[in-house]
Amino acid sequence: MLGLDKKDFRLLLIVIAITLLAPFILNPFPENSGMAQFNAGYPDLMQRFVIYGIFAIGFNILFGLTGYLSFGHAAFLGVGSYAAIWMMKLVTLNVIPAIILGVIIAGLFALAVGYISLRRSGIYFSILTLAFAQMSYALAYSVLTPITGGETGLQIKSTDSPLLSNLEPGEIGRANLFGMDMRAGFDLSFGDWLFTINAGYYIAAVFMIIAFYLSIRIFRSPFGTMLRAVKSNQTRMYYTGLNARPYTLAAFVISGMYAGLAGGLLVAMDTQAGPERMFWTASGEVVLMTILGGAGTLIGPVLGSGAIKYMENILSKINKDILHEWFAFMPDGLEDFVITIVYPFIGKGWHLTLGLIFMAVVIFLPGGLVEGGQRIGRLLRGKKANPDDEKATQSTPAE
Amino acid sequence: MEAIILQILNGLDKGSAYALIALGLTLIFGTLGVVNFAHGALFMIGAFCAVTLSRILTLSRTVVDETQTDFLGNPLEVQVPYVYDWFGQATGDAIIDWAVPLSILFAIPVMMLIGVIMERGLIKHFYNRPHADQILVTFGLAIVLQEIIKFYYGANPIPTPAPDAFRGSFDFGAMLGLDPNVVIYPYWRIIYFAFAAVIIGAVFAFLQFTTFGMVVRAGMADRETVQLLGINIDRRFTIMFGLAAAVAGLAGVMYTPINSPNYHMGMDFLVLSFVVVVVGGMGSLPGAVLAGFLLGILESFASMREVLEVLPGINQIIIYLVAIIILLTRPRGLMGRKGVMED
Repeated sequence: MLGLDKKDFRLLLIVIAITLLAPFILNPFPENSGMAQFNAGYPDLMQRFVIYGIFAIGFNILFGLTGYLSFGHAAFLGVGSYAAIWMMKLVTLNVIPAIILGVIIAGLFALAVGYISLRRSGIYFSILTLAFAQMSYALAYSVLTPITGGETGLQIKSTDSPLLSNLEPGEIGRANLFGMDMRAGFDLSFGDWLFTINAGYYIAAVFMIIAFYLSIRIFRSPFGTMLRAVKSNQTRMYYTGLNARPYTLAAFVISGMYAGLAGGLLVAMDTQAGPERMFWTASGEVVLMTILGGAGTLIGPVLGSGAIKYMENILSKINKDILHEWFAFMPDGLEDFVITIVYPFIGKGWHLTLGLIFMAVVIFLPGGLVEGGQRIGRLLRGKKANPDDEKATQSTPAE
Repeated sequence: MEAIILQILNGLDKGSAYALIALGLTLIFGTLGVVNFAHGALFMIGAFCAVTLSRILTLSRTVVDETQTDFLGNPLEVQVPYVYDWFGQATGDAIIDWAVPLSILFAIPVMMLIGVIMERGLIKHFYNRPHADQILVTFGLAIVLQEIIKFYYGANPIPTPAPDAFRGSFDFGAMLGLDPNVVIYPYWRIIYFAFAAVIIGAVFAFLQFTTFGMVVRAGMADRETVQLLGINIDRRFTIMFGLAAAVAGLAGVMYTPINSPNYHMGMDFLVLSFVVVVVGGMGSLPGAVLAGFLLGILESFASMREVLEVLPGINQIIIYLVAIIILLTRPRGLMGRKGVMED
């Protein structure tokens, strides 16, 4: 179906089902229960899940397949964001042209950066991409203020009147899709459960499903095989008469366009753009997501971005009072002791947990969460596992 | 002329920090072949060694002083540092005042220990893994170290002043026979530069003129042969890792009066230091030092008003721009050796 074999098609169906049912799956706890804070099914967070999923899927096409570790991918997301917000400020509040412009501009920028950076490989490539991203950040922050809004970034203001939208003077434009407000939505409640269905999320989800489908096609195409050849042995590729540069450059541009798509979608959801999206920590984050989930696997980046965004939003909300509530069943002395131990890892310290998990994954599970899942699966199935099963989806990250 | 001298001086202190961090990075890379993304965190921990020592020195007990009264007429509670009890008030004050230089003595063993633990506990297991894995695991370690410091010391910068004697500025231009009051320069920055020069000189002398250094250099050139000669090169490399950590830590200790330390200062420096290492040439110690000073001075020239009028914003991007140009025209960096990281 759709040019996929049975296994990939099943994977695609699972991803489609999960993304479409996410508002329900992510809200497993009743609204008024103590566990409600673990519910992730609110529109803002769900949008971030899928948008950063797209970003990581794109990054994985470069890093997972070719092994080129880019430390400056956030620059493309930032450029895509700026392009999209200008489209919305000047031409139309419809999100589709904005997203398309974001993708195109990010792709062109990636073409320029990739053309230069891909002359080198290994750590030099990482440093070159990092240098370009930091330059973009510094310029967006200072000199390019007329275009980027500097530190405050760009928002849609009441003074903006896009050409194709008939706004009343002074009315602040809202992002929409052919007239449907991105914030439109309704609440469903079943007993104690409350689910929010949001238009913006479903638009982003559709984009993610398309992005995921395209990435499966790329992984399975002759082009994808070529990219894997770049990773496993570039010299041998040269000897067979193939030039690796056009392939890596194409992969770089594709992943830059994915980043631009993510940037455009971010703007479509919150109608603002700022330089901090290009800072190198943002580039580091997408690296974390991809490795955590499993570089070179199809589903890994999506899992990784979901896990990190979940931790960022949910783990960081837990504070001392909540901990006291949880451990209230313990004797007082023990309760205080346990809370002292746990406290540094949650709330504002969630980065510590992230760092530790990330280190553990790199040390023990180079294939990320996906490899972890496969190992558990193998344990459960006993030794009957067929080695061909893993070959299809798993490949270890290399330089 | 004055302007040029001033800009060179301004570039020196940042350049010193870059050079020291890049030197440590290159030492680790040259010996162990590991790309250490946690090196900035070591710089930051060094800075917090200074914070810790000055906190230890000012540990106080509370005494009720009958001779002084607060505005309500009650006896005043005075904080008396324990140092006073041991050394008397005058010496005690001097010790507290000199907390930052004293931290050097405190930081060396601490940083060596941290370095050795890091190498034996974690990095040892990554010798045979791809460079990307090394970058990633040390990147994770940097996040963890940073968060631990943030948890104990908070997220705000902690002011750690230099000793009284070195606060303020002096007229450097007058000393060179230029017009007075043109080239004014803070004492501490000159000291920082001198300190960096001494450390760099010491590291080079250590490698050049001691038997230990000779063995290490031999190991950098050909590890297997040195091992075949019956020398335990791994232990020496572990010590070199400790040394590199100490160099980064000392750079951090002495940097505290220039910039109040906060938990993410290491990362800010690390990114630039990597650029410095690559510009200097991976694996080349003199290259790292040279590129560190060069880029520091270039950066300060780029932030001159005259330059900014012609090329606005150039001070923000000059280092990256230079790095890109050098990497594309001289792929091995300024002084890179052949065959390092070229696979």
